[in-house]
Amino acid sequence: MSRDGSLLLEFTGINTYYGDLHALKDVNYTIGRGEIVSLLGGNACGKSTTMKTIMGVVIPATGTVIFDGKPIEKLPTSERVRRGIAPVLEARRLFPRMTVYENLEMGAYTQPKGPQFNEDLERVYELFPRVKERRNQLSGTLSGGEQQMVAIGRALMARPRLICMDEPSMGLSPLYVEQVFDIIQTINKQGTTIFMVEQNANMALSIAHRAYVLQTGRVVLSGTAAELRENPSIREAYLGELKVDAAA
Amino acid sequence: MTVFDVYLQQVINGLNLGAMYALLALGFTLVYGILELINFSHFNVFMVGSFVALYTLEAFGLSGQTVILAGLPLVGVLLVTFAVTMTVTGTIGVGIERFLLRRLRAVKGPAAMITTIGVSYILFNIVLLTVGADTHNFANPLPTVTWAIGGASLRLRDVLIWIVSAVLMIALTYFVQYTKIGKAMRATAQDPEAARMMGVEVDRVIMTAFFLGSALAGAGGLIFGLYYNFTSFLIGFTAGLRAFTAAVLGGIGNVPGAMLGGLLIGLVETIGSQIIGASWADVIIFAILVLVLVFRPAGLLGRIAPNKS
Repeated sequence: MSRDGSLLLEFTGINTYYGDLHALKDVNYTIGRGEIVSLLGGNACGKSTTMKTIMGVVIPATGTVIFDGKPIEKLPTSERVRRGIAPVLEARRLFPRMTVYENLEMGAYTQPKGPQFNEDLERVYELFPRVKERRNQLSGTLSGGEQQMVAIGRALMARPRLICMDEPSMGLSPLYVEQVFDIIQTINKQGTTIFMVEQNANMALSIAHRAYVLQTGRVVLSGTAAELRENPSIREAYLGELKVDAAA
Repeated sequence: MTVFDVYLQQVINGLNLGAMYALLALGFTLVYGILELINFSHFNVFMVGSFVALYTLEAFGLSGQTVILAGLPLVGVLLVTFAVTMTVTGTIGVGIERFLLRRLRAVKGPAAMITTIGVSYILFNIVLLTVGADTHNFANPLPTVTWAIGGASLRLRDVLIWIVSAVLMIALTYFVQYTKIGKAMRATAQDPEAARMMGVEVDRVIMTAFFLGSALAGAGGLIFGLYYNFTSFLIGFTAGLRAFTAAVLGGIGNVPGAMLGGLLIGLVETIGSQIIGASWADVIIFAILVLVLVFRPAGLLGRIAPNKS
């Protein structure tokens, strides 16, 4: 699947509340087939809420979510996974007392077991030889970087057309951050669309095609990654010193 | 009987009670592992199970200890009785979850737990008002085959209880460890939101946990009747509380822990009663529980503060 300009996900006029807190304010995104789209923003800006809204864990008060031409905002999470949306969750969220292999099996929960499962498993093992080595180990005993690989592999096992990643670089050493972003690009080139929430704006903009900037629940900026890299307010708020980053 | 024989006999008895407590404890642990809910209705689902078993045996024309079966008829009657009892109690458990507890799923605080206490009392009173307060003689179609081990005696009944309990526990372990829905149960217990985002229908997983737990309680109810030769509307609280203690002792939420805890509580009950006196059984059981929890708050096989970030 290449970037042919057609839309895979449309997120239109979304308003989400947690009690009195208005977490997403009239938010619109589009994600084209084959794109890597990044969502930037500081803490508590609504990034994770966006993820949960796509996955159906949080239900928006108003707005529509169209996936592959069909509205999905009323569908249960399991049905969304079945249609091809898989998550890489914040802080990885593996099942710590299950083996790596069992975690991958959980990723394929909506898929039939059989030759297709084995094919997908081989693909994950090929992308992450480390994951293969550790397949019989409890996932809770793995290092953060290894866990992130399992988390990405687990998402791939669902045969997704769209992977939603929440902070894939969080808590990883710089070496692993490089590796993870390389892998994300590889997976994208193999045809999977990526939507990525990321605080590491530098890295995110280096691999994304387009990006949105979210501030207190509102989209304040959007454009191609190249445009945003040149944007002075982005440079100041997200690409500058770490201190500025943390204050944003 | 030598002193050794007396204790050997109490070990045999303790393993019977322990197997029953273990089956019952598994129901507490399966539900707690997923919902962090102490399901007090479990006490009386077990009690109802013993009556379902009693009436199923009566439907076969068996009552009291007069009719003795052997060979295939015995095996057949027992299999059907276990199957009927477990299906009925499993269905009751699913009903309690589906129509009452599911509505309270999103409610924080003790509402769900209080509801289970309410359901427990409703079941208790329904049985009291329909079958009465009398102790009911429980049919026991087993021939009195006894093997002497030294001075102690091992009855066919003991062996049967052990085999049935072992088969059920092995089957449950296999189910939780290797089947798709079993793996989904473990995943949901470890991180419900992440499991949901893998495509797991969490409501189905919870219903399965209630069905399995309540079915095992039904099997426990039948074993209670076979072991004590009676049942009554009162049996839920004592056995239920001991089984709950067993689940906590082993580490609540932990399947092997519930089995280990059940066996230990059964052995402590019979051996402790032998040493100090039967009326002290509860004091001994709960003293051991308190001691274990003070020094190992998560129970024998449990983990402290399961990671649910």
